Amino acid sequence: MNIKYQISNIKITNQKSKVISNKKIKDNYFEIIIAAPEIAGSAQPGQFVNIKVSDGIEPLLRRPLSIHKIGHQATRPPGHQSKAKRQIVMLYEAVGKGTEILSQRKPGEFLDVIGPLGNGFNIDRRPLTIDYRPILIAGGMGTAPLVFLAEKLREGKSQKSKGKMLVLIGARTKKDILCEEEFKKLGCEVKIATDDGSRGFKGYVSDLLIRELSAFSSQPSAIYACGPKLLLKEVSRISQEHHIPAQLSLESHMACGIGACMGCVIKQKAEGRKRKADDAFEYQRVCKEGPVFEANQILWE
Amino acid sequence: MGISLKVKIGKLQLNNPVMVASGTFGYAEEFKDFIDLKKLGAIVTKTITLKPRMGNPPPRTCETPAGLLNSIGLENPGIERFLQEKLPFLKKTGAPIIVSIASERDTDEFITLARRLDKIKEISAIELNISCPNIKRVHQVTRSPGHQKYGLIAQDAKATFEVVKAARKVTQKTLITKLSPNVTDITEIAQAAQDAGTNALALINTLMGMSVDVRGRKPKIAMVTAGLSGPAIRPVAVRMVWEVYKKVKIPIIGMGGIMDTQSALEFFIAGASAIAVGTANFINPRTTIEIISGLEKYLARNKIKDIKELIGSLKI
Repeated sequence: MNIKYQISNIKITNQKSKVISNKKIKDNYFEIIIAAPEIAGSAQPGQFVNIKVSDGIEPLLRRPLSIHKIGHQATRPPGHQSKAKRQIVMLYEAVGKGTEILSQRKPGEFLDVIGPLGNGFNIDRRPLTIDYRPILIAGGMGTAPLVFLAEKLREGKSQKSKGKMLVLIGARTKKDILCEEEFKKLGCEVKIATDDGSRGFKGYVSDLLIRELSAFSSQPSAIYACGPKLLLKEVSRISQEHHIPAQLSLESHMACGIGACMGCVIKQKAEGRKRKADDAFEYQRVCKEGPVFEANQILWE
Repeated sequence: MGISLKVKIGKLQLNNPVMVASGTFGYAEEFKDFIDLKKLGAIVTKTITLKPRMGNPPPRTCETPAGLLNSIGLENPGIERFLQEKLPFLKKTGAPIIVSIASERDTDEFITLARRLDKIKEISAIELNISCPNIKRVHQVTRSPGHQKYGLIAQDAKATFEVVKAARKVTQKTLITKLSPNVTDITEIAQAAQDAGTNALALINTLMGMSVDVRGRKPKIAMVTAGLSGPAIRPVAVRMVWEVYKKVKIPIIGMGGIMDTQSALEFFIAGASAIAVGTANFINPRTTIEIISGLEKYLARNKIKDIKELIGSLKI
């Protein structure tokens, strides 16, 4: 299956966009809501925006953030549902210079936002049944775009349907678990893994995945994952071992985010005539051909 | 009142002096959602080589104080696929197209590439990239035996002369030679390129740099060293444009950390006939267009009718 460029005809916009709210949700984690009607109207799960966090040259580059949700419950006044559709929501951890500056930006201020960027998840429209149960695997900040994905996967499907999406959330400690309630509200079954065992399964979320797969009576039909590279590499291996199609959303440092600089590349297995050996590869841009890739396309280091 | 932004680079008449720097604008298509491409003075493509190049392993970029380190390694589809896949869109933009070329091995590749491009009428000019710091050091073929050296062509006046001369012989198109700041005396190289028949000089390419991840004691770029661009290098670039301007007669295309109209003006006053926006394209994809209107406003406000009056107008 080739998912390259499936949505590349979406118009990318670059606008000064108003910050609606920007607040700490826990510890060092923040949620920012920005008014961006064009982006909100066309964005697909897995796509991202590239934000200039300051007006000057420090930091120089934009910061890419995946779109966590469109619109927002808390800011939606009764009877103004359409207005809420005009906003995009992002989650981020204030860990470096750029995200720290972003965390200090106030509601009412304007940020220069480019989006929606990249190729998002290829969404399977099948109804959820006992036999069709996609698994979502979230590691750390990788949880953010999977909420948007869960919403889309849920769309138009009866809450009473027997199938439930299974969401596996991995975090360093129980304090770092993100979006658990949001997934539950969407009717997902949520299981947790923490590195230190302070909640749920003790260990990596990829090990939790192995355990869950062995408990499945029938094969889950799809895996969607987002998180650090090491996790995605493991998910890639496990999914191929079990012959489950998996889509992975990769994180990467980026200089431009729009496909111009060729900086954020990963190795993809070469196709067709270029494929002379098993390790033959081509570089693909995370920002343009990605950030979502088919697990079996990636050649891991 | 009519304000003129027109400048001439070799045979090439530009409607305005604002171009883009090679390697920072892809093949223009990446920017079609942001700006009206035909308004650009000229579009300079990412560098093309004879054969396709994979480029360097990641990580390829890293942010530094007011700068950006990159080691992409001239990833490009090679001349034939460039002509088939990338040129059709470039032609449609309506802006003059300048194709940047580099050799992986020897002077002959420049000749082959220049010959191939010479036949294509929609290509306005050729830029000789003899100064990319991120490919394995080119084996310099200085024709005299015993004088073979490793290094950038643009680090050696004799090698620069030979490459420009060879390209000059096979094309009538406007030739631009892109110079490296990683030299002791850039004017020496600039003069060699002028003597060999280049129509213009583009400067500067990136400054060689390096950044270390102190936690892992690892280089932040896979290739260890990389090219530094962005506002951090602007004073170096302006200084070099000024030095070269005093020594050569041909036009200079100035670049290095241009972020806005103010920084572009520094280059004109120091002696550049045109400027190129590089790293700023990554941050604000509208930078070029904003500078074009900014230059018009600046000239109007200062009652200057022609941008050419500004070139090299530094008062000392």
